[in-house]
Amino acid sequence: MRTYLVKRLLLIVPTLLGAATLVFLIMRVIPGDVALLIFGGDAAGHIDPKQLAAMREKLGLNDPLYVQFGTWLWGVVRFDFGTSLWTGQPVIEELLIRLPLSLELALFATMVSVVIAIPLGMLAAVRQDTWVDYVVRVFSIGGLAIPGFWVGILTILGLVIFFGWGPPLEFTPPWVDPWANFSMMVWPIVTVGYRFSAVTTRMTRSTVLEVLREDYIRTAWAKGLAERAVVIRHALKNSMLPVITLIGTEFAFLIGGLVVTETVFTLNGIGRFVVDAVAHRDYPVVQALIFLTAFSFVIVNLLVDLTYAWFDPRIRYG
Amino acid sequence: MAINVELTHTTATATLAPRAGTVEAVLRFVRTKPLGAAGAVIILGMLLVAASAGMLAPYDAYHADYGAQFSRPSAEHWFGTDEFGRDLMSRIMYGARIALFVGFTASFAGCTIGGLLGVMSAYLGGKVDLLLERFMDILLAFPQLILALAIASILGPAVQNVVIAIAIPIIPRAARVVRATALSVKENVYVEAVNALGATRRRVVLRHIVPNVVAPYIILLTAQLGGAILAEAALSYLGLGAAEPTPSWGLMLSGSALSYAEKAPWIPIFPGIAISLGVFGFNLFGDSLRDALDPKLRKG
Repeated sequence: MRTYLVKRLLLIVPTLLGAATLVFLIMRVIPGDVALLIFGGDAAGHIDPKQLAAMREKLGLNDPLYVQFGTWLWGVVRFDFGTSLWTGQPVIEELLIRLPLSLELALFATMVSVVIAIPLGMLAAVRQDTWVDYVVRVFSIGGLAIPGFWVGILTILGLVIFFGWGPPLEFTPPWVDPWANFSMMVWPIVTVGYRFSAVTTRMTRSTVLEVLREDYIRTAWAKGLAERAVVIRHALKNSMLPVITLIGTEFAFLIGGLVVTETVFTLNGIGRFVVDAVAHRDYPVVQALIFLTAFSFVIVNLLVDLTYAWFDPRIRYG
Repeated sequence: MAINVELTHTTATATLAPRAGTVEAVLRFVRTKPLGAAGAVIILGMLLVAASAGMLAPYDAYHADYGAQFSRPSAEHWFGTDEFGRDLMSRIMYGARIALFVGFTASFAGCTIGGLLGVMSAYLGGKVDLLLERFMDILLAFPQLILALAIASILGPAVQNVVIAIAIPIIPRAARVVRATALSVKENVYVEAVNALGATRRRVVLRHIVPNVVAPYIILLTAQLGGAILAEAALSYLGLGAAEPTPSWGLMLSGSALSYAEKAPWIPIFPGIAISLGVFGFNLFGDSLRDALDPKLRKG
């Protein structure tokens, strides 16, 4: 296990370095003059050259490219991403304020999705090509097809029309007032959770289907076990590992869900922070957030792989 | 004599086989995968509406009629009108063109570039493979929508930029799948045989490896289509896709749609149905196609 751990840890270093380089290239090099972009492009020559020069100086654009790259990398290592152009606060501080909301949303949405997905996916697999399977598949494919922001809009619309509900403006952490927190977060959680469950249901269905074709399942049937025992004790248990790890890897999907859902429900989390930063042309923030999503994605994948290796010796020694 | 009869018989079926086979395969697909067939019907309907939007649409999608702002759905305006008095049904019909255009071009470009890189990676192996794989790993480290968001924000809001922004995140995903298939194809005895017979690299890749990765490529392409249409809607909703007054479905749901929603709920409802139905059709079809083509999931 230790060799595997070390190998796996070493492997993420080049990936993260590459990700940092790619973000630098996308955000700094390809667009040409970032300072000009921040002012919205200079189509008619309205921009004050003094302001432009000041912005270039502030962003360090007058330094040679390798110095800029070095500064960026050194910042990344220390989690120092500069200051936001919009608020003037350090990017990392702005981010930490918004983190609890997004974490809560992500965590509970994952829980909701698992509670919906695993029984449904298993049921669909066991009854493949019957009406049960069709209903579950329509439900899950529907969850993937319906845009998250539209579900959000409809939910808000329904709540406003039937209950006179308005989205609260301030985030209340659960440890301050659990009820206020719940009434604010429950709809976004259900919205993200339903869409997320669609992915997990499909995965559960196909892994259970694959496991059901295995020899040991045929043996279990042959020795006359009841369907319950075959499905729950043999099939489900053996298909859970891939599903659990896939829930982890679908983290990326969750991030996408957060971006649109937080925007619809006007929740001040990380997802909305990205959208706002893009709208305000707040490049230091965009740069930091894109790198940090990649960073957390790589870490989540690492944890998933390690869990997998912990449970499945074939991987550790393979 | 008997041999002759048998010979003619074989040739006859051989010439007939592909045609009958295709029809039969379609019929079998409809019979065994009713959901997939339903998806195909939705896709065909969407293609038809997009192709003949000019004839079918009752109004000009861009024409603002300030006398008819916020009209409820009625006989004149089946889906009602928006805050500029534009006919929603016409806008949705023209919107199908944009959704299909972005969906097809982005997933085609992404899957093709990714697929070619995957074949190259698998066939050449060694350093090329290692470098390409590492590069794909780096691209894969970025969640799809976040990468698209970053690219779209740099390129600016326009339909062709949305295509690029959606296509790039598809590349590493396609490359990975196609590379894995190509690697296993490469190990087949027949590839070894044609190599031994002195076939050129070009011939081995084009005649023996590429045809064998076509199935996963097609599955991948259909699977990405729905996602690409959804991504276009999401980017437009976030203000990074098509710009007003383009009748993009996602754009029709953004900003003002929610503020007027209480007064005119039809404004957000119909474009949302259009997106969901379209993506649903592509996903149903893609899903059943995968089930039908992937031997691991075939029943029994």
